[in-house]
Amino acid sequence: MTLSAQIFQLLLTGITIGSIYAMVAIGFNIIYNTTDAMNFAQGEFVVIGGLSMIMFHETLGLSLFISFFISVALVTLVGIIFERLTISPLKNPPLVTVILITIAVSIILKGLAMITWGKDSHPLEPFSSAEPIQIGGAAILPQALWVIGITLLVVLLLTYMFRFTMVGKALRACAINRDATKLMGINAKAMITLSFAISGAIGGVAGIIITPITLMEYDRGAMLGIKGFSAAIVGGVGNSTGAVVAGLMIGILESFFAGFISSGYKDAFAFLIMLLVLFVRPGGLLGRYEVE
Amino acid sequence: MSKKNFLAYVVFAIAIFLFPVVERDEYFLTVMIIVGINVLVTLGLTMLIGFAGQLSLCQAAFYGIGAYTTGVLSTKFGINPWISIVFAIFLACCVAFFLGLPALKLRGHYLAMATLGFGEIVNIVFKELGTLTGGPSGLTGIPRLTLAGICLDTDLRYFVFVWFFVLLVIAFLMNLTRSRVGRGLLALKRSEDAAGVMGVPVARYKIEVFMLGSALAALGGAFYAHYVTVISPESFDVFFSLVVVTMVVAGGLTYVWGSVIGAFFFTILPEVLQAFEDYSIVTYGSILLFILMFMPQGIAGIIDSGMKKVKRAFS
Repeated sequence: MTLSAQIFQLLLTGITIGSIYAMVAIGFNIIYNTTDAMNFAQGEFVVIGGLSMIMFHETLGLSLFISFFISVALVTLVGIIFERLTISPLKNPPLVTVILITIAVSIILKGLAMITWGKDSHPLEPFSSAEPIQIGGAAILPQALWVIGITLLVVLLLTYMFRFTMVGKALRACAINRDATKLMGINAKAMITLSFAISGAIGGVAGIIITPITLMEYDRGAMLGIKGFSAAIVGGVGNSTGAVVAGLMIGILESFFAGFISSGYKDAFAFLIMLLVLFVRPGGLLGRYEVE
Repeated sequence: MSKKNFLAYVVFAIAIFLFPVVERDEYFLTVMIIVGINVLVTLGLTMLIGFAGQLSLCQAAFYGIGAYTTGVLSTKFGINPWISIVFAIFLACCVAFFLGLPALKLRGHYLAMATLGFGEIVNIVFKELGTLTGGPSGLTGIPRLTLAGICLDTDLRYFVFVWFFVLLVIAFLMNLTRSRVGRGLLALKRSEDAAGVMGVPVARYKIEVFMLGSALAALGGAFYAHYVTVISPESFDVFFSLVVVTMVVAGGLTYVWGSVIGAFFFTILPEVLQAFEDYSIVTYGSILLFILMFMPQGIAGIIDSGMKKVKRAFS
C-alpha cells in the first residue's frame, strides 16, 4: 500500500471510530446540560444497543429495520427507567454521589448484560455487503459508510430538534437556567427524563451501527464511555458541535498514532490529548474559556 | 483525637490483634490483610475527597505506582525491598506533585476527568512497558519482606505487620483532621475563595493532601506487591479507582472511620457475593446504589447518628 493510500485508510478508520466517540459525547452532553451529572453509564447504553440488536436480528430473526427500532426503543426505556429510579428521587445530591450513582447503575447494567448475553463477544452481520469497497488504494467496509452516514443523520436530526422544535428549545432552556425554565411553565422534571431518553437512544444507535465492525461484549462500556467523555471535554463540555469535532479528531489522531507510532499506546495518546486540553484550555477547544 | 474516637480506636486495635488469636484460617487472614491494605489506600482518598473536597479518580494509579516501583526495583535491580518501598513512596509523591500542579486548579467534573484520564494512561503504561513490568501477564517473583531477620512469609506475621502500620496511619490522620491543617482543609472544601481570604494556603494544602493521599496509596501498593509477590495491571485499573471512591463515599465521607468501614465492607462484600456467581455483579451494583441513595452520610454516618440516638435515649 502506498503512503497516501495508507493515510487515506487510517483517516477513514479514524472517522468511523470517531463517529462513535462523537455520539457518546453528544449523549453525555445532553444529560450534563439538563442535570449537571456526569453519566458514567453512557458506554453501557452503547453495549446494550449493540447486544439487543444481535438478539432481535440474529437470534430472533426479525428484520434489520424492525430490530433497529426495537433495540433503540429498549435502550431509550433503559435511560428513562434509570433516571426515574435513581436521579429523579434525589434532591440536590452532592456531585460525588451523583457520579457514584451513575457508576452503580453502569455496574448493574453490565451485570445484567452479562447474565443476558454471557461473557463472549457476539458478531452482527453488516447492514449491507461485507465486501470492502476499493477507493484510491484503500479498502473501506460498507458498514463504515453506514456508521458515518447514520452519525451524520443523527447529528442533523438533533440539530433540527434543538434549534427549531419546542421540545428542543425547552431542553436548551433547561440547560441555561432550570429555575427560570420552571417559571416559564416548562416541566423541568420531564425535560430531565427526556434528556436521559434521548441520550439512551443515541447510545443505542451508536452501539447498533458499530457492532458489525467491532463485535460487542458485555464489558466494552467503560472504555467507550471514557473515550466519549474525553471527546466531550476536548470539545468543551455541553457543546454539541464541539463533541462532534472532538470525537472525530480523537478518532483520527488515535488511528494515525496507532498506524504510525504504536498501537499499544493509542488509548494513552487519546487521554493525553484530553489532559493537555484540560490543563491548557479547560473550557475545551470550542468551549467558552471558563471553568466552574 | 477526641475522647470518643480514642475509645473507639483502642477497642478497634484490640479487636484487630485479637482476630488472629481467634481465627487462624489462612483464607480469613488473607482477606484481612487485603482489607488492611485497602484501608491504607482508602484513607488517603478520604483526606482528599472527604476533607479537602477534591474528587480524584486515579487512586489506583498511585496504588499501582507503589506496587510496580518496589516490585521492579527489587526483582529486576536487586535493590533491598525496604529501600525500594521508600523509593516507591517518593516517586508517587513526585508524580502527585507534578500532576497536582495543573490538575488541582480544575474543579468538580474537570478534576474527576483529568484524574480518570491520568489513571488510564498509567494503567496502559503498566501493560505496555513489558520489559520492565512484565506486560499484561504481570510481574512475578517479587521478594517477601524481612524484618529484623524474620521473614514475613506467613499470613500471621504479615497480618500483624500491615495492621501495625494501618493503626499508626489512622492515629496520625485522626490527629491531623483535628489540627489547624484539618480545619483548613474542611474550610476549603466549603469554599476555596472564603478559605483563601481567611489565610488558608489553598493551593499548597490541596497539593500536600493530594501527595499525602498518593503516598498512602503507594504504601498500600508496596505492601500488596510484597505480599502477593505477583502483580498484574488489572489490579490497578480505573475500576479499582472507582471501588476506592466507593469505599470512601459509602463508608462515610467525612469520617476517618468511614474509610475503615468502607474498606472492610467493600473488600469482604465481593468475597461473600462469589456465592451468587453470575449475579454477583448485579448484586454488588444494587447494594452500592442502595447505600448511595438511602444512606447519603455513608455507613459511618448511620452508626454515628444511631449512637447519638442511643445516647439521648439513656440521658
